[in-house]
Amino acid sequence: MENRAIFSGKLLPYLLVLPQFAISLIFFYWPAVQALQQSFLVQDAFGLSTEFVWFENYANLLGTPGYYQAVGVTFVFSALVVFFSLTIGLLLAVMANRNINGVQIYRTFLIIPYAVAPAVASVLFIFMFQPGLGMIARAMQRSGIDWNPVLNGTHAMILVVIVAVWNQISYNFLFFLAGLQAIPKSVIEAAAIDGARPMRRFWTIIFPLLSPTTFFLIVVNITYVFFNTLGIIDTATGGGPSGATQTLVYKVFQDGKAGADLGGSAAQSVILMIIVVALTTFQFRYVEKKVHY
Amino acid sequence: MVEHRRLGNLLPHLALLAGVAIVAFPVYMAVIASTHDNSVIANGQMPLYPGSNALETYWHTIVSGTGKTTRQPVGSMMLNSLIMALGIAAGKIAISIISAYAIVFFAFPFRMTAFWTIFLTLMLPVEVRIYPTYKITSDLHMLDSYSGLILPLIASATATLLFRQFFMTVPKELVEASKIDGAGPVRFFWDTLLPLSLTNIAALFVILFIYGWNQYLWPLLITTRDDMQTIVIGIKKIIDVHDALTEWSVAMATAVLAMLPPVAVVVLMQRLFVKGLIETEK
Repeated sequence: MENRAIFSGKLLPYLLVLPQFAISLIFFYWPAVQALQQSFLVQDAFGLSTEFVWFENYANLLGTPGYYQAVGVTFVFSALVVFFSLTIGLLLAVMANRNINGVQIYRTFLIIPYAVAPAVASVLFIFMFQPGLGMIARAMQRSGIDWNPVLNGTHAMILVVIVAVWNQISYNFLFFLAGLQAIPKSVIEAAAIDGARPMRRFWTIIFPLLSPTTFFLIVVNITYVFFNTLGIIDTATGGGPSGATQTLVYKVFQDGKAGADLGGSAAQSVILMIIVVALTTFQFRYVEKKVHY
Repeated sequence: MVEHRRLGNLLPHLALLAGVAIVAFPVYMAVIASTHDNSVIANGQMPLYPGSNALETYWHTIVSGTGKTTRQPVGSMMLNSLIMALGIAAGKIAISIISAYAIVFFAFPFRMTAFWTIFLTLMLPVEVRIYPTYKITSDLHMLDSYSGLILPLIASATATLLFRQFFMTVPKELVEASKIDGAGPVRFFWDTLLPLSLTNIAALFVILFIYGWNQYLWPLLITTRDDMQTIVIGIKKIIDVHDALTEWSVAMATAVLAMLPPVAVVVLMQRLFVKGLIETEK
C-alpha cells in the first residue's frame, strides 16, 4: 500500500470512503454492538425495565439441552455437506481436467447449481421427495422405505444435506478445477516416467499439491453451511421435526421470531459472531500462507 | 494428459455425464412439472416428458393469480427481485470502487482505520445480527421499501479488497503521466482508472447480481407487504399452504422463473463468472 504515487486532497478521500463507512457503521457495527449489549441484559415481561445481568443469558443458554441439540445438528450437517460436496466436486474436477472432448459443455452444466438460490434449490428437491407425489419419494416407498421427512428426523436431515450438497457442487468443482490446472504438467509427467500409475499419481502428487485448495474450500464450505443454508432449512423442514434440522443460525432466527427472550437471542448471536471471526481469521491466515507456497 | 488411451477417456465421460445428470435432473423435473396439470402431479403420475399446460400455467403464474389463491402475480415479484439484484450489485460496486480508490491513491489520516472498518464487516454476516439490524432498518422507516432491501446489504469488504488489489497493480507511472497532463484525482479516476477496471467490474457484477437475486433472509424479514415480495420469498409462500392444496405446477413454474435470470447470467457470461468467482475469494 506504500510506495504509491499519491494524490493530495483534504476533503476528497473522506468523501470517497464515506458511503461505505456510513453503511458499515449503521448496518453492521451498530447492530453488532447492540447484540453484544443486549446479551448482558434482561428485560422484564412488559419491556419496561432492563437489568444488567453479566453472563446470566449465556449461562441460561448453555444450560438448555436445546442449544446442544442445535450444536450437534450443526456439526453433523456441516460434516456431511463438506465431505460429500468436496468429494463429488473433486471427482468431477479430476475428470474434467482430462484432455477429453466436450469439457466446456460439461462445465456449463456443472456450474448451474451455483446460480440457484438455496431456497429455490430446496423447492426443487421438496418436489421430488414429497411423500405421495414426488418421483423419488414414490420410488423409495415402492421399495419399502417409509420415507417421510416431516415426521422422521433422519429423513429430514438427509433431505437438507442433499439440497446443500447439490447447491455447493459447482463451487467446489470450479475451485478444484482451477487448482488442478495450476499443477505443473512436468511434475505429473515426471511421476509417470517413474512408472507411477494414475491412481498412485493422484494420491501421492496431485492430492497433496491440492491441499491449499482443499483447506480453503473446507473453510468456505463450513461458512456456507452455517449461514447460507438458512433458506434451505426454512423451506424444506422449518428446523423440524422437533429440532432435528435446527442449526445454530436457524435457532437464532426462530427464537428471535418468537420474540420472547431478547437477551438469550442476543447471546446466541454473539456466540455465532465469535465462530465467524474464528473462521474468517483462519481463512485469511491460510490465504497468506498460500501466497508464499 | 500423460497417457493417451482411447478407453481411458470413457471413464471421465461417464463420470461427468453422471455429474451432469445429478445436477440437471431436479431442474428438468421442475420444468416438466410446470407444463403439467395440477391433478396429474398431485396423484403422482407425472410423466417424464412435457405436458400441454405450459402456456396456461405460466400465464397464471406471471400475470394473474389463480382462482384458488389471491397471491401476488409472480411477474411483480420478479420485478422486485430485479430491482433488488441490480441495486445491490451496482451499489456494492460503486461504493467499493470509490473507497478502494481513496485507500490506495490518497494519503490521509485514518486511512488504515477506514480500511479495517470496511475489512472487518466480513466478520459480521447478516445472519449473526438479524434482529438488531431489522430494528435499525425499521427505525429508519425502511421496511417494505427498495432502499431497505438494498442499502443494508451494500457494504462490501470483498469488493473493496478486490479493487484495492487491482489498483495496487496499476503502474505509478500512469498516475504521474496523468498528473503531468494536468489531471486531478477525479479526472484520473474517470478517464484512466475506470476504463482499466471494466473487466473487473463486469466480473464482479455477475457474482453480485446472483448474490442479490438469491437473497433470502433479509427480504423475508423486512418485507411484509405482498407487493414488495421478491420471487425467492414468494416461492416459499406458494408451497407453504397445506400440503394437499399446494399448486405444484404454479410452484414449479415459479421455481423455474426464479432460476432463469441467474442461471442465464452464469451460463451466458461464463468466462466473467468464473473470473469473478475465483478473484473475489482470493
